[in-house]
This record gives sequence, C-alpha cells and structure tokens, in this order.
Amino acid sequence: MIPELGHFALILALLVALVQGTLPLAGAARGSRAWIAVARPAAQAQFLLVAFAFGCLTWAFVSHDFSVAYVAQHSNSRLPLEYRLSGVWGGHEGSLLLWLFMLSGWTVAVALFSRHLPDAMVARVLGVLGLITVGFLAFILLTSNPFERLLPAAEDGRDLNPLLQDPGLIFHPPMLYMGYVGFSVAFAFAIAALLSGQLDAAWARWSRPWTTTAWAFLTLGIALGSWWAYYELGWGGWWFWDPVENASFLPWLVGTALIHSLAVTEKRGSFKNWTVLLAIAAFSLSLLGTFLVRSGVLTSVHAFATDPRRGIFILILLAIVVGASLFLFALRAPKVGLGGRFGLVSRESLLLMNNVLLVVATGSVLLGTLYPLFIDALGLGKLSVGPPYFNAVFVPLMVPLLILMAPGPLARWKHADMRPVLKQLVPAFVAALLLGVAVPLLYGGWRPLTALGVLLAAWIAGGTGVAIAGRLRGGLSGQPLHWWGMHLAHVGVAVFVVGVTMVSSYQEEKDVRMAPDDTVTVGGYTFRFIGVRKEMGPNYQAMVGELELSRDGKVLRTMKPEKRAYLTSAMPMTEAAIDTGLLRDVYVSLGEPIDERAWSVRVYYKPFVDWIWGGCLLMALGGIVAISDRRYRLKRRAAALQGATA
Amino acid sequence: MNKFLLPLGIFIVLVAFLAIGLNLNPREVPSPLIGKPAPAFTLPQLHQPEATFAPKDLQGRVWLLNVWASWCVSCRQEHPILVDLAKRNIVPIYGLNYKDPREDALRWLKQFGDPYVLSIADVEGRVGIDYGVYGVPETYVIDKAGVIRFKQIGPVTQDVLEKTILPLIRELQK
Repeated sequence: MIPELGHFALILALLVALVQGTLPLAGAARGSRAWIAVARPAAQAQFLLVAFAFGCLTWAFVSHDFSVAYVAQHSNSRLPLEYRLSGVWGGHEGSLLLWLFMLSGWTVAVALFSRHLPDAMVARVLGVLGLITVGFLAFILLTSNPFERLLPAAEDGRDLNPLLQDPGLIFHPPMLYMGYVGFSVAFAFAIAALLSGQLDAAWARWSRPWTTTAWAFLTLGIALGSWWAYYELGWGGWWFWDPVENASFLPWLVGTALIHSLAVTEKRGSFKNWTVLLAIAAFSLSLLGTFLVRSGVLTSVHAFATDPRRGIFILILLAIVVGASLFLFALRAPKVGLGGRFGLVSRESLLLMNNVLLVVATGSVLLGTLYPLFIDALGLGKLSVGPPYFNAVFVPLMVPLLILMAPGPLARWKHADMRPVLKQLVPAFVAALLLGVAVPLLYGGWRPLTALGVLLAAWIAGGTGVAIAGRLRGGLSGQPLHWWGMHLAHVGVAVFVVGVTMVSSYQEEKDVRMAPDDTVTVGGYTFRFIGVRKEMGPNYQAMVGELELSRDGKVLRTMKPEKRAYLTSAMPMTEAAIDTGLLRDVYVSLGEPIDERAWSVRVYYKPFVDWIWGGCLLMALGGIVAISDRRYRLKRRAAALQGATA
Repeated sequence: MNKFLLPLGIFIVLVAFLAIGLNLNPREVPSPLIGKPAPAFTLPQLHQPEATFAPKDLQGRVWLLNVWASWCVSCRQEHPILVDLAKRNIVPIYGLNYKDPREDALRWLKQFGDPYVLSIADVEGRVGIDYGVYGVPETYVIDKAGVIRFKQIGPVTQDVLEKTILPLIRELQK
C-alpha cells in the first residue's frame, strides 16, 4: 500500500509541476498577478509530494519490503539500517528520486527565501524549475519507477552493491546531487533574466548566493567521492580521470568560472552574456553528466546498470532543455549592453583570464571524456583516453590560473596599475621561491615539478597573506564575510596543490608477499605481518589481516586491513587500513592468499595526501562563509522596507 | 550570421554524436584473434583428467568454445541459454573451465546442467591468456579450418545467439 501511495504522490507531483511550469511563466509574460501568485504554493505542494514519495521509498527499505522490485535488488534482510537508508539511492531509480527530491528542495528554498525579489522574477525562476521538474518526473514515471512491484515478492533481497556499503558513500551522492541540482537554480535565474530582458547587476546579486552554495556542495561531493575511491577501492589513488568522475568535475570547473564571472557582473555590470552562458553551461554539463553516467555510452569503472531506453530519454531531455535555452540566448543576447568598460589591466581583465583558462580546461576535459565516443561514432576505431592525456593537458592550464590567484584579489576594478600590486607581492614571491627550492631538497630529492607545485602553493598563500596584511590598518573585523570567504577558498586551493604535489612526488608503494613475522618498510615505516584470521560481519565474512606498524623500532599501532566476501553477491571487497596523519598516511591493503600462511600485501606511504581533501573542505567552507555575508540579507531588508513604504 | 548562435550550433553537433553513441557499444572491443587460427594447446579434460583435449581434434567441424567458471556470476545468467542450445543439437559446445578447482566445477555443472560435449580444465589460466580472455564468460566460434570467426565477450544473450552466432554457424557449416 505504501509504495502505491508513493507512486501516486509522484503522479500528483507531475500534475502540480505542470501547473508550476506553465501558469507562472505565462502570468509573468502577461502581467497577470493571479497566475504569478500560483508559483510559490505550487513549489511548496510539489516539495511536500516529492518528499512524501521519498519517504515512502525509504520506508520500503527500512521495513524490508521485498515486494518492491527496487528494494529487492538493492537491499537484504541482513543489511544494517544505515545502509538500508543510503540504499534508497544505491541504484538508478532511487538516485533519480534523490535528484528529484533535491530539485524540489532547491525549488522550495527559492520560494521561501526570495521574499525580497520582484514577484514576476520569482515566478519565472520557479516556472523554469517547474519545467525541469516535469522532465525529471516524466523520466522517473515512464522509465524508472522505483515503486514497481515484484510479484510474488522476493524471499530476500539481492543486497546493496558492497562497494556502496561504506560510510563515505552514504553522503557522497546527496552532496554531489545538491551541487549538480543546485546549478539548476543558477540556470533558472539566467533563463528568467533572459525571458524578462532584465539582465543586470541585481540579477547577478540574486543568483550569486545560490550559485556559490551549489558550488560548495559540489566541491564537498567530489571530495567525498575521491576520498572514498582512495580508501575503498584499495588502489591508493585519489583521482582517475574516469568518465564518471569527469562528469562531476566538468560542472565544477564551469561553476568555478561562473562564481567569478558573477562577481564581475554584480560589481561592474560587465560580462553579462558570458555569465548567462556559463550559468546555462554549468547546468547543461550537470545534465550531460547524468546522461553519460546513466546511459552507458562510455565505459567507466563505475559500472552502472544501463538501459538504452533511459539513455534516449535523458538525451531528449538534454536536447530540449539546453537547446531551448541556447536558442533563447541567441535571440536575447545581441540586445544586451556591454556594461562597465574596463582597462587592459584591471581586476576584470584578470578575472576574464581566469574564465578563459577554466573554460578551456573544461573543454579539454570534455574532449578527452567524449573522444572515444567521437572516434567510435565516426567509425575510426576504438580507443580509450587515460590519465596521461588529462595530466598533460590539464596541468599546464592550471599553472597560469594559480599564478593569477595572488595578484587577482589585489588588483583594482576598472583600471589597475600592476606595479604597486607586484611590489606588494615581492615578499610573497621571495618566500615562495625559497620554499619551492627548499622543500624538495630537504624532503626527498630535487624535482622541478615538485618545486613548481610548492612554489605555486606558497605564492597563493603568500598573496592571501599580503591581501590580509594590506587591510590590517583598516581593521580586519571590518572586512566583509564574502572577502574572508574568498581568501579561505583560495587558501584551500593552495593546500590542495600542496597535497597533490607532495603525494605525486614522494609516495612510495610496495607489493610484497608476506608470511607471519615478515617485515616491509616504506617511507621509514615498518610493517610486521602477524597473520590473518576469519571474522563474521552482519552480511559478510571477512579475512582480517593484522600488521604491526612501527617507526625507528617504536611500535605505533596495529593495522587491520580486511578482505570481505559479501554473502549474497560473493563479490570480494578490500577494506584498506589507513593510519592518517597531518603530514602523511600509511596505507595497507590485503591482496590474495598465496599459500597457507602467506598473503600478498600492498603497502603505501602517502605524504600530505589528506591535504587534498582538506583543501577541498576549505574551498567549500570559503563558499559557505561568503554566502553568509550580511549584504545578501541587507538587500532583502532594504527591499522589504521599500515594499512597506511603497 | 549571429555569433550568439555558435553555442547552439556546437551543442547540436554534440547531441548528434551522443545520439550515435547511444547505439554503439563501448564494451565491444574487436579481438585481434578474429580471422586467426585458434591457439593450440593440450589440456586435461575436466571429467576424465587422464584424457586430454586439443583444438586440432575438432579439425573439420564448426564448434563453440565457451570459457566458464563456477565463481563467475554472469556465467549463471548465460548458462540456461547454452543448455538450451545444446539440446537443439546445432553445434557442439566445448567448455574451457577457467581457473577453477575441479570439485567446484563439477558441482556447478551438476547443479545447473552440463551443455558441454566436454570441458577442458585450465586451472592455471594459461590457455586463457593465449585466447585473450579478460572476463569470464567469453565464447568463441571456431570454423572447420580451426580459425576463430567470432568472439563474444560477456554472457551470450538470446539476442546475440539468434542474430549473430547461429546465422554465422549456419554459414560456416555449409
């Protein structure tokens, strides 16, 4: 009964979404107040219905309702509660429902927190979001109904994919989707602005907090996914340039360009067309990512179940949404003015360089991701594009971007004289140069690329230091939060660069056969193999290895890597044991048994690897700090005041 | 020409490629072995380890070589199709039991049925390397001259069997 209620709620939600996607847009075009007024209540009703459907599916998981096909495929009577909850989005149907739930959540948030915006604008934004909702609801109801019954019911479920039975994966998809879907709000604001013809600084100010929030979530989501791949796949890597990873990285790159270009549009009124195009692109790439992941047109380590019918549906959805918005862009963009002029050297021109670099980087990652498909489609053969291409193309593009990060925030708007800026940066440059030379020499051997990485990280951090020192006289407490947010995020980039540089330069890895009492040493840490014994988990059997970790003869701790066999799928899973530290991780994973006593064991020494995710966390935190700025709320009060007096 | 139409134009080209891509299978990798003689080997049979089997024993016949293992989940999916095909007596199926302990393999055949004329035990997986096996199951169509004519990676589906494998076999048997 409950699953049918969930299904019914989705059908009702589709009807409400149809109303939400048509009446307010028509009302805004015709100036009908009654139709415009439909937008907010429709968005709220829509959210309640989708939340109810989501609750129904969750309940089916919690209560082990194996008469629901989706639950039977992705759960099991022995699956612990936390994974039954995350199992809701452990498969195609449920993850789409999660996507939809997020979309309606963002929509209702816009409806609730937009009291200060003109009603017609809100109606257009909610209308565009309503149309996107219609598309996704139709997709779910027509091709991917999570409430499909399985009659007679399965006796027990096939269990959640063991790869997904992991704490990191409980939060990774919701965070990632919050980011992906969040760009739909930036997109809706852009389309609303194009429809109304009011492409101005006010529009940029309204969409900025939403865009930054989405970007911060996407940053966290990608970081969580990367962290999960690091410890769960047992390969010790943190990024593989896999098509599915790239699918999440592309919107991030464009989103990063977008938050910078929005700053220009808000402050100076320039880049308007460009900003709108980026907002369209960010959401389009989110949709493209969904298409790539769900249709199986590319091979990926993330082997999602695929169905060509679903692929066609998403492709049509993508074609309609993106095609229509780009068409609208082509119609409206020629009439948009150029906005504030700026000099050849100014903060605008530096941000323009930032945008060009990020967009070129996006293009090259997109090209590498789709290249196998292009070649195959042209009948030129089969190939795969791997990390060598991406590293060779991506890294050189990032270097100038990182160099710009120090002078960028110091340069003046409109017209900047670079001489005082560069003079201010001299101490930062000297410090960066010294560190760049000293760190590789002292740490583990000279390598030019390591020196460059350290130098760039120190340069960015130094630039931030100079910027903060420059404002000391004005009183740091007087600095607005968005200013602090920007610098926090930039320091995050520096921390990230340190992590990537150090781990790719100085990691050590050994693959050895170990019998009890054998020892192996990496990076100054010695592992002594004690043995392997059998243990039972709730829904798996584990071989638990025991190794003693020591350094300079002093025993630090016992590490217990596991090799699990899940009872239902017989799929072997590696659970690495990691000793995490500020300056290094030591990492051990169990391979295969070689004979009665010996196992193959893989040990890693990973210097600074946690700085990679620490840096991402700082970037996301910077975003959150920036949107907490008072001025986004002040405008609301001012607008409310204006409304009261008018 | 309106320069603002450029993004739309690029997007349309992209969608066209994606639409073509939907009808392609990226997992289908052409095997370099197609059109080449099946690599020779001599290995013990699964049921009678004292007897051996070599591909040249089948010179002059069209046959299927199916790589399977008891630990392979997708093999269970294709197995009923093979059992059914064996009953139709169109083509002899030989099994290459890949990296499997003998008892497990025998138990598996007892449980799910045995479509094979005989199975060859490749415990070490050596022959599998010669045949370029990179995932179980895989199925090879080998012609009268001992040349590999087709390779299916992954489970044989009813669709592949009826549309590709059987027509090819009829052609080769002429």
